Amino acid sequence: MDFLEEPIPGVGTYDDFNTIDWVREKSRDRDRHREITNRSKESTWALIHSVSDAFSGWLLMLLIGLLSGSLAGLIDISAHWMTDLKEGICTEGFWFNHEHCCWNSQQVTFEDRDKCPEWNSWSQLIINMDEGAFAYIVNYFMYVLWALLFAFLAVSLVKVFAPYACGSGIPEIKTILSGFIIRGYLGKWTLIIKTITLVLAVSSGLSLGKEGPLVHVACCCGNILCHCFNKYRENEAKRREVLSAAAAAGVSVAFGAPIGGVLFSLEEVSYYFPLKTLWRSFFAALVAAFTLRSINPFGNSRLVLFYVEFHTPWHLFELVPFILLGIFGGLWGALFIRTNIAWCRKRKTTQLGKYPVIEVLIVTAITAILAFPNEYTRMSTSELISELFNDCGLLDSSKLCDYKNLSNTSKSGELPDRPAGAGVSSAMWQLALTLILKIVITIFTFGMKIPSGLFIPSMAVGAIAGRLLGVGMEQLAYHHRDWTIFNSWCSQGADCITPGLYAMVGAAACLGGVTRMTVSLVVIMFELTGGLEYIVPLMAAAMTSKWVADALGREGIYDAHIRLNGYPFLEAKEEFAHKTLAMDVMKPRRNDPLLTVLTQDSMTVEDVETIISETTYSGFPVVVSRESQRLVGFVLRRDLIISIENARKEQDGVVSTSIIYFTEHSPPVPPYTAPTLKLRNILDLSPFTVTDLTPMEIVVDIFRKLGLRQCLVTHNGRLLGIITKKDVLKHIAQMANQDPDSILFN
Amino acid sequence: MPSLCWGLLRLGSVLGVSCLALSSLVQLTAAAKNFEDVRCKCICPPYKDNPGHIYNKNISQKDCDCLHVVDPMPVLGPDVEAYCLRCECKYEERSSVTIKVTIIIYLSILGLLLLYMVYLTLVEPILKRRLFGHSQLIQSEDDIGDHQPFANAHDVLARSRSRPNVLNKVEYAQQRWKLQVQEQRKSVFDRHVVLS
Repeated sequence: MDFLEEPIPGVGTYDDFNTIDWVREKSRDRDRHREITNRSKESTWALIHSVSDAFSGWLLMLLIGLLSGSLAGLIDISAHWMTDLKEGICTEGFWFNHEHCCWNSQQVTFEDRDKCPEWNSWSQLIINMDEGAFAYIVNYFMYVLWALLFAFLAVSLVKVFAPYACGSGIPEIKTILSGFIIRGYLGKWTLIIKTITLVLAVSSGLSLGKEGPLVHVACCCGNILCHCFNKYRENEAKRREVLSAAAAAGVSVAFGAPIGGVLFSLEEVSYYFPLKTLWRSFFAALVAAFTLRSINPFGNSRLVLFYVEFHTPWHLFELVPFILLGIFGGLWGALFIRTNIAWCRKRKTTQLGKYPVIEVLIVTAITAILAFPNEYTRMSTSELISELFNDCGLLDSSKLCDYKNLSNTSKSGELPDRPAGAGVSSAMWQLALTLILKIVITIFTFGMKIPSGLFIPSMAVGAIAGRLLGVGMEQLAYHHRDWTIFNSWCSQGADCITPGLYAMVGAAACLGGVTRMTVSLVVIMFELTGGLEYIVPLMAAAMTSKWVADALGREGIYDAHIRLNGYPFLEAKEEFAHKTLAMDVMKPRRNDPLLTVLTQDSMTVEDVETIISETTYSGFPVVVSRESQRLVGFVLRRDLIISIENARKEQDGVVSTSIIYFTEHSPPVPPYTAPTLKLRNILDLSPFTVTDLTPMEIVVDIFRKLGLRQCLVTHNGRLLGIITKKDVLKHIAQMANQDPDSILFN
Repeated sequence: MPSLCWGLLRLGSVLGVSCLALSSLVQLTAAAKNFEDVRCKCICPPYKDNPGHIYNKNISQKDCDCLHVVDPMPVLGPDVEAYCLRCECKYEERSSVTIKVTIIIYLSILGLLLLYMVYLTLVEPILKRRLFGHSQLIQSEDDIGDHQPFANAHDVLARSRSRPNVLNKVEYAQQRWKLQVQEQRKSVFDRHVVLS
């Protein structure tokens, strides 16, 4: 009896924490596409269906862009409001943050631009005083209290509703995009909780950013919207194309940099990036950026908080301090990665990991208590960065712009270099303390059980270092104008050194040192500033920091976290340089029992079920007979289980003594014996094989380029063993003198 | 054929929802231009005897310059031009409606989640214990066994059959979700296998 042309539900899906079979998914998609194209010639209805199928990819990108942009707008507006909630509240309407509360006020003075009567700090509301020691203490206390409350809410929501919402998300998304399955990681509860708790975590004053979590949020949107389209819901390979594009949209709304977002997705996050995905990612990133711009979270239709507009030129001798900043960035990156991984390993293995809530509360308390006295740590990190990037004009009132105005300039545009006033000197001390605090506390913050990103803290560290160096250079140029290097470029009254540019270059250097981004970093930074003039300094700093950091440690922060967690991620960028052969890696090894195989026509249902329950292999090769060991195909464990269960329930007569046939035609069943079970449709008839003398370089290359899960090893045409992806990873780890047992999962 | 119909229905509904979202977004941004949400801000530094001052006026972009906004003018006659040259005027726009709606949406979602969290952690165990008694509570927790590899297969097959009762469906979905979250919690917090 020939039965069941339509597939049993569940066959072809994957278990949790398993790797997908790229080859099978891609060939399934090609089959589906071929079928639709062939059918489209039959009727107009089928033609419409084929057109809508082609169009569905673009519609999906549009929806992803819209949803990501809206969520990013929600996160930005809420984070701004809640950050200011720690300091006070607006009496005009509680939903306004400090800046918007004083927007329409007529009582803002030139000296004190932050104060207006509509905005009341907590000391004003509670004890009706604004100045004095008691008011300061009340403000301090309320600040710490709000910070602790936000952090507690964040970690409780994560623990109760969606434990996968913690951390940055980029290492796990990298692994998912390389073919791994983590069910629930990109689900709707993770999306909701990540959005809500990201705002809480950022507002609590902790040293973390929201760019990495925004990538996770965008990928969740992508995954959820895939369920609306048949083409993407059923095929895991096509879905990963969509996720690559969604990651690009995520970075695009985080920085306001669509091209940088696409390049980030290409360089850091994606594993396979065909050209079709490039165009679609760009479209998704643009739509997301446009949606965010129309929501207008910052006013003035700007996309990002630190959009700078200066275009002052830089001078050739300034390359020396820029390269110094690059070296600083590389050193800091290597130090951060090493210490953060050590701390995360401690959290993973010792008692520290058993108290996540208390850990978050303690770190928040320390951060809040140390941050309040210094005004540069009290303000949110994004505001700090935007202030550091700012070039001082005549009308700026911040402490960093408190220069002595010696000459009588009438224009408020180009200002010459001026000597530092008292404000600038005290700002330098405060910034130095901020730098030390941020360097130390970020090590303990990244990796806690709340959504935490890394981009903004790294940029802050770099921006502070850059600004300190820039102000130093500026004062050096002003006071020693007769030195030869300054003489040729910096004449009297010229605007020679721009400390804001140094801050930008420093931010790029530190970010590059930690994440080891190259092209995407430079493009993001120059999309942030809009100045093509600054590409050379940015590139110089980024290259120097990458070289210095690579000399001290091989991996970026995300690869280091992947290795710490033991995800089965086959690194695509490194060469395998050892001379081992396939037979050194394959299983079974010399003293192990023989390979567990199924025969094509002589096993009963009971035999197969015994093998399944006794072993944990995720697949079995099928051979003609045990004596000949000639290969027929490969069958997956999950498909076998589902098919046998289904057959026992649906088909009559299939019992434990029924024989399973993997052949094309089963022999006629003699009377009074149990009917047979034909399972040819779940058999993969084209498994990949290599001979036992194939060098491992070629085997690793095959695994990378084709995305295989397993590869069979033959000797003189007979099946000898199997190499799985996990074996390859363990072998690479062993060759690199790392612990091969740290690779978990299948 | 029925799968094709379902696919088209789904596509149509998605298109409809996206059009609705887009139109509401456009309306929101258009309606946001009420009078108080545009302003011209002029910052004027100290000049001669006058201290520095900041002037705000709700005025359109073409009128955003020193002469229209600085009112009353602190200097007279020929000094006005020198004073105005130092001033920096910028046109700014915002949408207070968007801000208000966003914050209220956020706070309501946060409030709902907090209520649900309180219900799940505190109220539900008390209710269950009162309704079903202590023994049945333990039994229902034991049922959540790890019968790998067949557990997932059961799950997959069960999903394909339809359960007619709506309340049963909701209860079943909630149970399944709680199981998933418990598994996730074990992986992340206890075994430290993922996301350490």
